[in-house]
Amino acid sequence: MAESFRHDAGRAVATLARALRDLDRAEDAVQEAYVTALERWPVDGMPANPSAWVVTTARNRATDRLRRERVGAEKLATLARLEEALATVPDLPDDDATAAIPDDRLELLFACAHPSLNLEARVALTLRTLGGLTTEEIADAFLVPVATMAQRLVRAKRKIRDAGIPFEVPSVERLPERLDALCAIVYLIFNQGYAATSGALVVRTDLCEEAIRLGRLLARLLPDRAEVLGLLALMMLHHARRAARTDADGEIVTLEDQDRTRWDGAEIGAALAVLGQAARLYAEGPYQLQAAIAAKHALAKDSASTDWRGIALLYARLAALAPSPVVELNRAIAVAMSEGPAAGLTIVDRIDREGTLADYHLLHVARADLLRRLGRTADAVAEYERAMTLAKNEADRRHLRERLTTLRAR
Amino acid sequence: MQYMCLIYAPTGLELTPEQSEALFAEYGAFTQQARASGVMVDGAPLEPPETATTVRVRAGERLVTDGPFAETKEWLGGFYTFECATLDEALDWAAKIPGAKYGSIEVRPVMAIPAM
Repeated sequence: MAESFRHDAGRAVATLARALRDLDRAEDAVQEAYVTALERWPVDGMPANPSAWVVTTARNRATDRLRRERVGAEKLATLARLEEALATVPDLPDDDATAAIPDDRLELLFACAHPSLNLEARVALTLRTLGGLTTEEIADAFLVPVATMAQRLVRAKRKIRDAGIPFEVPSVERLPERLDALCAIVYLIFNQGYAATSGALVVRTDLCEEAIRLGRLLARLLPDRAEVLGLLALMMLHHARRAARTDADGEIVTLEDQDRTRWDGAEIGAALAVLGQAARLYAEGPYQLQAAIAAKHALAKDSASTDWRGIALLYARLAALAPSPVVELNRAIAVAMSEGPAAGLTIVDRIDREGTLADYHLLHVARADLLRRLGRTADAVAEYERAMTLAKNEADRRHLRERLTTLRAR
Repeated sequence: MQYMCLIYAPTGLELTPEQSEALFAEYGAFTQQARASGVMVDGAPLEPPETATTVRVRAGERLVTDGPFAETKEWLGGFYTFECATLDEALDWAAKIPGAKYGSIEVRPVMAIPAM
């Protein structure tokens, strides 16, 4: 029952929220339906189609509540409009296990990720309504007090209702940008779990898994969008490496040093299938390219035998689609691996001269590594020192200190 | 639902007479389009902020001063009120307001007051 609630409730909430354009009312009604189920199912037996039963019961509960509120209420017109809206939710046969029930989760996702809500609200709302996390769990993941998170959710739901944010799939001309924004929210949730910016754990597996679940849902709802599949594949490929990303002490292990036997082969295989599905749609995009790069790493048995030339080419395509100095830096590293440190250094020096990454410690780490490999020890030491002053966390600084000690000993 | 679109112009925006004329013509065409499609409820341009007077009543005392609060980065240049089914529809209309190219449009739902 609890399990069923976590995963089916989102769907019932979506259907009611879409009709009512009010998430709060929808959530209350679905909650009430589940309370009724707890009382009735043990006595009457479980209906053949529990999901259909929940939607219909929730709709009836919402109607009852509107009728009760009507007594003495001034907003008669609003209540009448809501009651009319509820009548659009059909009577679903709960005695037929195969009866199709409406799926309005895509509409709900677009409402939750609407650009008129602030980013934090979008993330929280998406996780709460479709990710199946409790307010407490979301608060914990984002390191804010539960009361703050609850308040954030209340405000967001109120804005959806009062500003008239629609529960609908955007028009054809708006869909690309809105879908980008939706993918960005899902990827942000994944990275919050993956990048270890907060919390005691370096990787928050729960958040990563919720993001992947949302990615799967999105891929099921929009199967012809290549970038949606690309995003899903990208998250799965990163996630497949989770067991090797930290050592026994919980410290981050770089890709180069990871024990590749600990990567999840089954998940890598599944991700490659998703990426192949995306490729057959012939609409290349940044998520697919990043996934293709991650796939090249996932398929290599060690750093030396990695297809660095292929990776450098993929970064070049990524840079053409979404130019960024960070992408260019990654390309330089791949070029250095395939063509030698001198070729990589030429690109890194050019990025350095442009100055936009002057304070980015990884630029200086990359430059120092290349100088070291070219035998320019004095330059390398100076560059490592520069990187050290810019590194933000202790693990990075420790790693750089080790490099410096080895170099100076020469 | 009714949405009010508040049109803000950046302070210091200088248009050539030709640009002003073109903008004026664009507003005319836009207003006509909004009227023809049935979304238009109301709308008007405002005289520039130099013409403004501010009045406050504090402890029963009336205080009249010149202008709005000075030093703002943008000023209210006019408004439209549209009847739209959803925020997205209102945003589509707001984006078509000619002033959106120069300044910004704030889209706010009009509070529904129950009929007395």
